[in-house]
Amino acid sequence: MSTTAPRREARVRPSRPASAGRTPVLLGAVHGLALALALLALGATLWDGVEERGTALAFGLLVAVGELARWSGAEERESAPLGAAGALAYALLGENAGHRTGHGVLQVVAVVVAAALVGCVPHVARGTGPEPDRLARRVLTVAFAAVCFQPLHDQGRLTQWGGPAQALLLVALLVLTTLWDAVLAAATARARTRWPFGPLLRDELRATLGIGSAVCATGVVMALAVAVAGLWALPVFSLPLLLTQLSFRRYAAVRVTYRQTIASLARATEIAGYTPAGHARRVAALSRAVGRELGLSEPDLTVLEYAALMHDIGQLSLLDPVPAGATAVLPAEEQRRIALLGGAVVRQTGVEAEVAVVVERQADPYREQPVTARIVRTVNAFEEMAREAGPTGPLAALERLRLGTARDYQPEVVESLARVLSRAGLTLPRSG
Amino acid sequence: MGSVPAWARAYVAAVAVLALVCLAPLTHLRVPWEIVALLAVLYAGCERVALPPGPRGGGGAGGATAQGMGTFLPVLLAGAFLLAPPAAALVVLPGALLARVEQRPRGPRRIWRAAQLAVAVWAASRVYGALGGRAALVAPDFPYALVPAGAAVLTYCAVLTALDCGILALAERAPVRGAWPGLFARSLAPVAVHGLAGLMMAVLWRSPYGPVAALLVLLPMYVSCWVFAQYHRERAAHQATIRALVQAVDIKDGYTRGHSERVGRASVLIARELGMHDERVEVLRFAGILHDVGKLGVPTRLLRKDGPLTPEERRVIELHPEYGHEMVRGIGFLGEARSAILHHHERLDGSGYPYGLAGPQIPEFARVVAVADAFDAMTSTRSYSRARPVPAALDELGRCAGTQFDPRMVAALVRALDRHGWHPAVTADTAPAVASGRPPAHPSGTVGRGAP
Repeated sequence: MSTTAPRREARVRPSRPASAGRTPVLLGAVHGLALALALLALGATLWDGVEERGTALAFGLLVAVGELARWSGAEERESAPLGAAGALAYALLGENAGHRTGHGVLQVVAVVVAAALVGCVPHVARGTGPEPDRLARRVLTVAFAAVCFQPLHDQGRLTQWGGPAQALLLVALLVLTTLWDAVLAAATARARTRWPFGPLLRDELRATLGIGSAVCATGVVMALAVAVAGLWALPVFSLPLLLTQLSFRRYAAVRVTYRQTIASLARATEIAGYTPAGHARRVAALSRAVGRELGLSEPDLTVLEYAALMHDIGQLSLLDPVPAGATAVLPAEEQRRIALLGGAVVRQTGVEAEVAVVVERQADPYREQPVTARIVRTVNAFEEMAREAGPTGPLAALERLRLGTARDYQPEVVESLARVLSRAGLTLPRSG
Repeated sequence: MGSVPAWARAYVAAVAVLALVCLAPLTHLRVPWEIVALLAVLYAGCERVALPPGPRGGGGAGGATAQGMGTFLPVLLAGAFLLAPPAAALVVLPGALLARVEQRPRGPRRIWRAAQLAVAVWAASRVYGALGGRAALVAPDFPYALVPAGAAVLTYCAVLTALDCGILALAERAPVRGAWPGLFARSLAPVAVHGLAGLMMAVLWRSPYGPVAALLVLLPMYVSCWVFAQYHRERAAHQATIRALVQAVDIKDGYTRGHSERVGRASVLIARELGMHDERVEVLRFAGILHDVGKLGVPTRLLRKDGPLTPEERRVIELHPEYGHEMVRGIGFLGEARSAILHHHERLDGSGYPYGLAGPQIPEFARVVAVADAFDAMTSTRSYSRARPVPAALDELGRCAGTQFDPRMVAALVRALDRHGWHPAVTADTAPAVASGRPPAHPSGTVGRGAP
């Protein structure tokens, strides 16, 4: 085992791939670039002195407060929207209450880095952070926006264009910046997890539509409002964004609670002795990994995870447990009956109807199933078969699944499961 | 609700006339029509895409408006800051008259909403102009610009609350004498935040960057609203899941239909009587609702068995507190409730299970749930016994206080029932199709009476 203690994850995740011990090249490059840029910016700014100290201090304060108010442990893409918006606004700032500003690209980066580091201190003290990926992304994103905007501004071309065109230019720049940020995020995630790049990028872009667009719009508005009204615009417009942040926080909190409740509903079958301990959790983790491998989107993965957690819930309605909870070896009719009972229970839980559909149709032949149900069926069968056959279980189980690809299991899903397993070193995560 | 009282009709008509009076100066006023048109279209658009309120969004007029107002309010307030009072009031009309109205009667409700908003916006704009806000907008004079904006927000809230109280009193005969400060205070904070966004919109509108920049202000507000709606949806789903957990117990355990929910309610009564903090009361309610969740782990045959249990079978059933604790272990927000689920069968003299804790070793929540559980078990019909009347059950609890139950909790329950009575009807009792046991029996005749 590695010497660093792995951070406990609240959600079910497949175990880290074997290569996670050494940092991949791409990740190293991103971190190195960000670090070099930050050092260069800090050095140059210290050497030349800070231009327009008041402005720099105000924006630095905003970024630091934004980082302080960051919530940790959330899975949202942007956990410190106020800090991000403040940093972008500083990068796009061309005027302050009608006077031209003279801070260059390097000072923007230096102020943002210093403020983000200051804002990190309490989080580090609490043991949640710093997250190097996030900091590196922040530095590179802000630098990108500043490099695009500040030279244009310094040449003085913008003033000839007129106000509305300038506003539109800022929006366009931020759209570019967001794309760049999404590519960076997807690339680092890909380097860490080796999940396919396309779906990761799609998920990043989808997340951008939510809080990302709010951050960008706020960044533009702040830059323009400071240009018109001076630094007073910062506190005035931080408040609405703080409201957005609060809403997101509550949303994230209730989602965590919800996930926990679903997981304990899933544990009911294990405690009742219908299924072995940890079965639902393992099927959920493996299903998620397979879904990821097949390129499902984040909402689909959530449906998949909930359905996998609750796939055995129908057994609660049986008077006597199925031996060892192994439904994959029951007659097809019986399997389908239990699946329908499960769907009836799931429909009462208020989760999306798609989850209930997956649970109901988990025992159908794969050609009649939605893709999520195919995954649950295959992974569940694998888990049950691999468990009973000792150390060679996983290989034997995969072999049996391959034999069943005519009717029951989709060949693509089985192959994708095999790939996921080979990356994880063919060991199943066992419950502790 | 079908018919509107005559007084309410007259009141709505009067406010509508007032709104028309506010609009009257438009005939001889130079109005910047392009701004009015753009804002009116924006507002109407915001109203159309307004997100449906959460499933439990009913909570009074304040709650319903607070949810829906997210995106459009900055537009209205920006109008009040930018335009002369009659023109600002005109911005309201198309959107309010076209808006979707859920409840009947639709016509009067639309007119009422339009008139009410028009009057409030007119007043806010009037106050803003009187304090010299429009001059502070053109050459942004910043700390001062906040003063007229703040005054306008206060005016808007005050007028809206006053008009709302009038209609509540006349149409729904609700007592408003004590209610209006609460309504006012609740609406002030969100309106103030949206007022700041509106001010920013107005400043940018008048700046060289123009309306394009002003529109960007709306995007974060819209996202915020959208997330808020998502939050409500997810919370409702979560509550449904908790209910599903409980129903799963009820399905297995034929006779306890509604038992869990009633124990939750009795636990809340006791907790309120003991003066617990609101958050703890809420957690205790979940403790009561989920106390038997471990029965999911007990074979259905044992739970439904008629006749005496063998010692072996009894031991299996007595495992249910530990099963329950094991199940809810991962649910963070339950906190103290988890210990209540584990220990609700402990007895004060140490002869209970699973650990045989005694006296103060038993967690407070567990002592509350134990009393509530026993009380509901006695007052509802079970396969082995008929329901007892409430006074008899309380006598029995009193007899066992000190040996089995905490006397403090028993006394609190007695006091609470004295004050509020016991109304055991279960609200959301949708009979699941799976249960084939005996029909749920609620002997409402014997239990429905409150304590003497």
